[in-house]
Amino acid sequence: MTKHHKIDGLPRIDRRSFIVGTAATGLVLGYAVPKIGESFAATTAGVEATQWVSIGNDGKVWVTVGKADMGQHIASTMAQLVAEELEASWKDMNVVLASNDPKYNDPVLGAQVTGGSWSTGMNFDAMCRAGAAGRLTLIKAASEMMGVPENELRARDSRVYHTKTRKSVTFAEIVESGKANKAWSPDELKAIKLKTPDQYTKIGQSLPQLDIPSKTNGTCKYGIDAFVPDMVYGKLALPPVRFGATVKSVDDSAAKNVPGFIKAVVVDDKTGTTSGWVVAVATSYEGAKKAAAALKIDWDKGPYANVSDQSIIDESRRLQKDGTEGFLFVKEGDSASAMQKAAKVIEGEYLTSLNIHAPLEPMNALALKKDGVWHIYTGNQFNTRTTAIAAAVAGSSKDDVWSEKDVLIHQHYLGGGFGRRLESDMVVPAVAAAKAVGKPVKLIYAREDDMQMDFTRPLTYQKVKVGLDSDGKPIAMEHDVIGAWPTKRWGIPAFLTPAVDKKGPHDAFTVNGADYWYSIPNHTVTNYENKLAQNATPSGQLRSVAPGWTFWAVESTMDDIAHASGQDPVEMRLKLLDGAGANVGGDKPQNVGGAKRLANALRIAVGRSGYGAIKLGPDEGIGVASVSSQERTSPTWTACVAHVKVDRKTGEVTLKKLTLAMDVGTIVNPDGVRAQIEGSTLWGASIAMLEKATLANGGIEQTNFDSYTPMRLSQVPELDISIIGNGEPAVGCGEPAVTVVAPAIGNAIFNAVGARVRSLPITAEEVKAAMKA
Amino acid sequence: MVTLNINGHDHSVDVPNDTPLLWVIREHLQMTGTKFGCGAGLCGACTVHLNGEAVRSCQTHVSEASGKKITTIEGLDPKGEHPLQRAWIAEQVPQCGYCQSGQIMQAASLLAKNADPTKAELVAHMDGNLCRCMSYVRIQRAILRAAADMRGV
Repeated sequence: MTKHHKIDGLPRIDRRSFIVGTAATGLVLGYAVPKIGESFAATTAGVEATQWVSIGNDGKVWVTVGKADMGQHIASTMAQLVAEELEASWKDMNVVLASNDPKYNDPVLGAQVTGGSWSTGMNFDAMCRAGAAGRLTLIKAASEMMGVPENELRARDSRVYHTKTRKSVTFAEIVESGKANKAWSPDELKAIKLKTPDQYTKIGQSLPQLDIPSKTNGTCKYGIDAFVPDMVYGKLALPPVRFGATVKSVDDSAAKNVPGFIKAVVVDDKTGTTSGWVVAVATSYEGAKKAAAALKIDWDKGPYANVSDQSIIDESRRLQKDGTEGFLFVKEGDSASAMQKAAKVIEGEYLTSLNIHAPLEPMNALALKKDGVWHIYTGNQFNTRTTAIAAAVAGSSKDDVWSEKDVLIHQHYLGGGFGRRLESDMVVPAVAAAKAVGKPVKLIYAREDDMQMDFTRPLTYQKVKVGLDSDGKPIAMEHDVIGAWPTKRWGIPAFLTPAVDKKGPHDAFTVNGADYWYSIPNHTVTNYENKLAQNATPSGQLRSVAPGWTFWAVESTMDDIAHASGQDPVEMRLKLLDGAGANVGGDKPQNVGGAKRLANALRIAVGRSGYGAIKLGPDEGIGVASVSSQERTSPTWTACVAHVKVDRKTGEVTLKKLTLAMDVGTIVNPDGVRAQIEGSTLWGASIAMLEKATLANGGIEQTNFDSYTPMRLSQVPELDISIIGNGEPAVGCGEPAVTVVAPAIGNAIFNAVGARVRSLPITAEEVKAAMKA
Repeated sequence: MVTLNINGHDHSVDVPNDTPLLWVIREHLQMTGTKFGCGAGLCGACTVHLNGEAVRSCQTHVSEASGKKITTIEGLDPKGEHPLQRAWIAEQVPQCGYCQSGQIMQAASLLAKNADPTKAELVAHMDGNLCRCMSYVRIQRAILRAAADMRGV
């Protein structure tokens, strides 16, 4: 079970005090840290926004957001939390994306990383307190200005009112007065009494997302839209294998005929992020593209040139059979002896394919060195690690200690993230090329480069074994999960989790979800690293991460149990979601209520779907699944009912409807939550049925959207989404729906035609084969 | 030298005739609202209008565009208030937003000819435009909203 640690080995900020004071022309709220590097003065029109919140003497409020905004509108969400306590008008709120300065680190994680559906939950308190400290400071200043006691003043709509006389001063006037000065100590900040949910006026409202207008008129700036004077362009020339190649020789004689060609740069990557990459640099992108195609490069393909999907699966099966190399993730009771006593044993082998992130904005970065500082213009999800990797490639860090003094990241909006931009590979060739040619280089991956060098969702293999007693009650479950370990590859020890049997640290981000909330005694979950896959196909976090495969196995198995014991799959789940023992929840604020909240989400989805009541057509079926993604410490209780029709002749599955219910605790922006659930539900369906990448001869075979085929408009099923907000602590909403859809569809197919498919994506051929089986 | 008329203004650029229009618009002229997604006409992110017809600018050579009226997202409406742009805000369509210039340009070419499309016509017209965030439910709703707006209902 993953715990959230401060990330060791990365720089920390000295959080001495929270300052509310006037800067040159504005009010600045933030934690006091030494001023470093470039500020955002230019972006914020004269206001020195060194911290989370600043207010200009024009009354505009700027929230600096340390989270990557990739379409989840997290910047707007942070602004909404600040505005709630600050009592600012929504029209006055603005956001600016933080640089890599450590003072913008996540208050819980101690680094700048965006993932895990953690952002709202982990920043809720800090943003509310920043807003509240601002309000209290403004009220204190207004009290001086108006000559009335603070307790007769109330902030509302970017003004402070005297409640008796209704006289008021605007936030702008207060800032202009220069009287808003207070340094907040951490203890003082902690002592601020925040609003209770019944007092909210903005949290819970569908306020319009601040970034949306700029995304309808072409003005929103993504990394690929950055320009600097004198810049040139880089285009990758890549080896035929995903990893392990080295460049033996480069012949650029033909490239020299391309107008504007400057140089072919062999990327020297000491970080091990890339291997065998060459950059063609030219004065235009089209020139760089032609030059890259004209390069004749001789590669040593390295040790993984024969690896394929099948060899990875074979190795996973070997590891599972061997059984000695696993790390215990869950060990409750004694599953081995319970299994021996079982009246019936059910086994299943589950596979999920490689999947490609393919955000629509291909990876890119613009790098330049100016006055001894490397400037990187890009959009990424992990500023902290991107900084370290850029510094290592630039060779500008001393004693391996980097800082934002060496590398300054100019963060942009992300044209899609989905976990892809947790990786920093795009800065490697950009920095290497800029260093080699002594000019700013804007490096843009072609779609083919982006797909073939994706840090894919790993190919996973799982084995599940369940023992039932004579009443059909599950009394033991054994679950082995085998694949590459993306988080281990990052080399950050604090992101790993000690094994239950003290065997050492393992990558729990590959097995989360297997520690479900069902009350089944005697439960063993073992996590295996497939080192062949780990080396040959460097994998990454893809939207929803492990629960995207663990729940595929668990929820398909739950239906197996129900059918084997003659129980209704819904009734059986509700019985097992009894909230007994550890499943009562509440060991962390975010899982309060435990299994019973999941039972309620399931009841709502089932009820809305017409389960058991509506008449189904021939070869139609309804299937359910319920999940607690992402982690046991931060579960978002989610249930799905899928309605499918199967063509018995071809095995083709038509997805008619998906009914979703999700309990997110506190709903900050209902329409924003709904948008995230809509998108992630369709992602779940796309991964379940349409998206598959394959590895052959060490290389990813898919190159563009003709061979890797995410869902299009014509393939969208009917959606019915219910959002539950109990007022409990907020949890994430951008990922969990991805995990619940595939097993619901699989279970629906079984109910329609009796075909049990155990590998993702579900293909017509497999459905057809399973029908015969 | 190629002369291009974009959003009513003439631009002269010194590029080979086979240069994709996309790269001239985006990188040479720095009008970045038009996006690069696939370079193969498979995603629609680079959609612009050529004499009012939606085309993939990554598949259009500058020589083919010369002498024609090119419209990009920046020129769709002088104030950025085309009924589709208003509908896109009203329905809160964009997530990451990267595909949306292309989606709006593709939809605009439909509504210019047919302000009362059936759902099937709408889907057929928009199916080549990929949205990786899968904001499809809202894209469809916003087009129907804009169409109603254009019909004055």
